[in-house]
Amino acid sequence: MVVVVWIVEGTWPACVDAARRHAPADAEVVLLHVTGPDAADAAHGAFAGLLGRGHPERDPGTRVEHLAAASAETLLHAAADRLARPCTRLERTGRVEHEVVAATDGADLLILARDGDRTRLGPPSLAPPSRFVVDHAPCPVLLVWPEPAPPVTTLPPAPPRPPVP
Amino acid sequence: MAMLALVLVCAVVRPFNWPEAVVAVPAAALVVATGAISPAHALDEAEQLGPVIGFLAAVLVLAQLCDDEGLFQACGAWMARTAAGRPRRLLAQVFLAASAITAVLSLDATVVLLTPVVFATAARLGARPKPHVYACTHLSNTASLLLPVSNLTNLLAFAASGLSFTRFAALMALPWVAAIVVEYVVFRRFFATDLDAGAQAPSTGDAPELPLFALVTVACTLAGFVLTSALGVDPAWAALAGATVLGVRALLRRRTTPKALLRSVSVPFLAFVLALGIVVRAVVDNGLDTALGHLIPDGTGLPALLGIAVLAAVLANAINNLPAVLVLLPPAAATGPGAVLAVLLGVNIGPNLTYAGSLATLLWRRIVHAHDAEVRLGEFTRLGLYAVPASLGASVLALWASLALIGGG
Repeated sequence: MVVVVWIVEGTWPACVDAARRHAPADAEVVLLHVTGPDAADAAHGAFAGLLGRGHPERDPGTRVEHLAAASAETLLHAAADRLARPCTRLERTGRVEHEVVAATDGADLLILARDGDRTRLGPPSLAPPSRFVVDHAPCPVLLVWPEPAPPVTTLPPAPPRPPVP
Repeated sequence: MAMLALVLVCAVVRPFNWPEAVVAVPAAALVVATGAISPAHALDEAEQLGPVIGFLAAVLVLAQLCDDEGLFQACGAWMARTAAGRPRRLLAQVFLAASAITAVLSLDATVVLLTPVVFATAARLGARPKPHVYACTHLSNTASLLLPVSNLTNLLAFAASGLSFTRFAALMALPWVAAIVVEYVVFRRFFATDLDAGAQAPSTGDAPELPLFALVTVACTLAGFVLTSALGVDPAWAALAGATVLGVRALLRRRTTPKALLRSVSVPFLAFVLALGIVVRAVVDNGLDTALGHLIPDGTGLPALLGIAVLAAVLANAINNLPAVLVLLPPAAATGPGAVLAVLLGVNIGPNLTYAGSLATLLWRRIVHAHDAEVRLGEFTRLGLYAVPASLGASVLALWASLALIGGG
């Protein structure tokens, strides 16, 4: 059995804890982190906007790419330490939601955390990338709250009945 | 006109990785040789641009030396410590740091030197880096309104406006604050999800030593700007003095080499600015000024200022803000300092609309990156659509109020 744990900045400890609780002892655990291109692209773009500066070696986007690779490694290391059992660390770069779905191909379980508005129960508790992953995952999905879930009283009221003709 | 197009296309495309000056300087020589611009006018333009370029060189060196002294590393450590694991606090610190660094050490310092530090700081805290990195790129434009040294566009306008350094700063202080506050509100709302995700407090490692000498030198340079402008001396001398003090100290301590110093002066860039100025002057002399004269609204009322700022923002987004400001300055300067400052609001805030600062650069980057569909523009452009009209509107209103309170004379 292969269990993929999607590690995202800020919300990952809950996913690792869920893997410790729910992944069978003989399961192969894969810790997955995806680096999106946005931050490096923004830095590349800002430098490109400085007309006439030349010096492509001064492009801050390149430095951000190197820093991103290093930080992903640190994050996966911290997650592996918290998991405290043998696991595979997988780092990918690209469009985050697409890479996650691709990485779950052939997996038996995907564990991810809600990362939207976590003050109340409801659809906004999933941000667009995690919504995409939940909608497209080719395997069973375990969706956890990064912190204790809000009370059931935060449920939105039932919509009014349509008028009877 | 064809020469200007060639120079701009080559500056955007950078064929064979040549420095931009390789095309721009011969183009400038050609417009003088063919008589498109009289040698007297070219000389006049060069005389006007000379001090600006010297000023620019001094600020570029000053920023690089501050980095060598560890100012930006110390800034990152300060942000990590005071953010205390809270992404919203970190965003506020990034706004403070990027605004101050852009205003004093120019937008180049924020883009090239601060952005990687901010990314590393966010990563160290386990916070999502996107809001903080985007804040750096936006503030490198928005926060470059305050001082003549903050942006090359300001230096060019400062030379043309006839304002003193202190009056320039006094008139732009309110628009600067207004634009940054609007950006902050937009960022807090736009990135609410990312900022809610949480982060860890940093492990209390050794804090890097605060580069006191560099900080004091920068503060003295700022005081020098005020003093020189009160005495009627060119404030470029204050920047030169600051760069010299830090440069000599770095050379004595063997932290830098003469070669590295020369490289941070960035001679090809300075040559490019001079050449671009001459080519644009040739185009302006050959009829563009009368064409634009009709477009630029007269007067310093609120609608006129808004019209000028919007025109400048559109032009900056079409090509780049550097040629835009060179083209718009002569007609604006004829109207008065208020119009010149309104042009600056447009050309400095406008580039946030498109990532890469202009449509031309953007299109070219799209062509180059056509093979990988990674470059996503939607989010950055959406952020720009919220932030640019709001901050431009607020800053024009603030400029109008400043002009009424302080007076443009």
